[in-house]
Amino acid sequence: MSREDVLVTTQWAEENLNTPGVVFAEVDEDTTAYDSGHIPGAVKIDWKTELQDPVRRDFVDKSGFEALLSDKGIANDDLVVLYGGNNNWFAAYAYWYFKLYGHSNVKLLDGGRKKWELDGRELSTDEVKRDRTNYTASEPDTSIRAFRDEVVDAIGTKNLVDVRSPDEFSGKLLAPAHLPQETAQRGGHIPTAVNVPWAKTANEDGTFKTAEELAELYREAGLDTGKSTIAYCRIGERSSHTWFALHELLGLEDVKNYDGSWTEYGSLVGVPIETGTGN
Amino acid sequence: MSADGCGAPVQTATPADIDTGGQVVVAGKVTGGDGPVGGAYVRLLNGDGDFAGEVQASPEGDFRFYAAPGSWTVRALHRTGNGEASVNAEGPGLHQVAISVA
Repeated sequence: MSREDVLVTTQWAEENLNTPGVVFAEVDEDTTAYDSGHIPGAVKIDWKTELQDPVRRDFVDKSGFEALLSDKGIANDDLVVLYGGNNNWFAAYAYWYFKLYGHSNVKLLDGGRKKWELDGRELSTDEVKRDRTNYTASEPDTSIRAFRDEVVDAIGTKNLVDVRSPDEFSGKLLAPAHLPQETAQRGGHIPTAVNVPWAKTANEDGTFKTAEELAELYREAGLDTGKSTIAYCRIGERSSHTWFALHELLGLEDVKNYDGSWTEYGSLVGVPIETGTGN
Repeated sequence: MSADGCGAPVQTATPADIDTGGQVVVAGKVTGGDGPVGGAYVRLLNGDGDFAGEVQASPEGDFRFYAAPGSWTVRALHRTGNGEASVNAEGPGLHQVAISVA
């Protein structure tokens, strides 16, 4: 797989804003940015209210995904270009999620909203309304999603990649530094996990590093690319970003995202936790 | 900001007399030649230059981080230019830092 198969540049995006069969979608946890200005023609997907189940701790099921995409005017054969704030974390989550439900023709805008803004490209506040479609999703592909028992079993056998910041990994912080430290979970990381913060996979403008740079990064971190890999963070969106780097850009075959991540693992009774900088 | 989210919250000005509740708060404003610069991407980097967090400054240029004690570099990216500044946040409380971009 090459970079062009999974990423588009901001330049390509600007040139294809009106191309039939191409749908841009901005995905964020907080959609106020979209409301203040978005890529012209892009639809809005709210990570929290539209991609998460409102009651259970899980994401929406197959029928919910079908209803959502139909309502957004996205057809099965559309090329969906996802982008968002926070260096594409939530867009990467949505990408993983689109793949999980079988939408093969999906790409990320390299650099996301940040790169688009830093380029000084146009933002629009026009309301976007696309004609309703009749979207059909596949059964979820769990070969790319890890659950807790599998994660506990992976200790010492599979690669575990903790993509949080070093202070979260060591247990010094419970949340990223831009958030109040108000969570109740235990701090630390899953034993045997290596800490490769998601940010090391990206340039400061939000674009992904090259495949060569990524390969070097994970080689230095001691990742055995012959083994299966599970990535996790706090709630599963930063690890979607790393899942994208490992699975889509580096082409590693068996890579799963553990979207339960530290908010689940750090609250489980009886599982092993390691603090400090690890090995 | 609820604990179940992970994205950067909308930024606001930090009052100088803020009660940080025992947390290490690094906050300030991004300015340019003509005053405050809104919407810059502000990155918090640790003493080794490693990334720790990023927020988008408010329309008035304000940003705020909840950090661990230590020496930090705060770097701002904007379409009009970039800039950075250092701050030594030894302990809990408000540590103010100004960044000018050009």
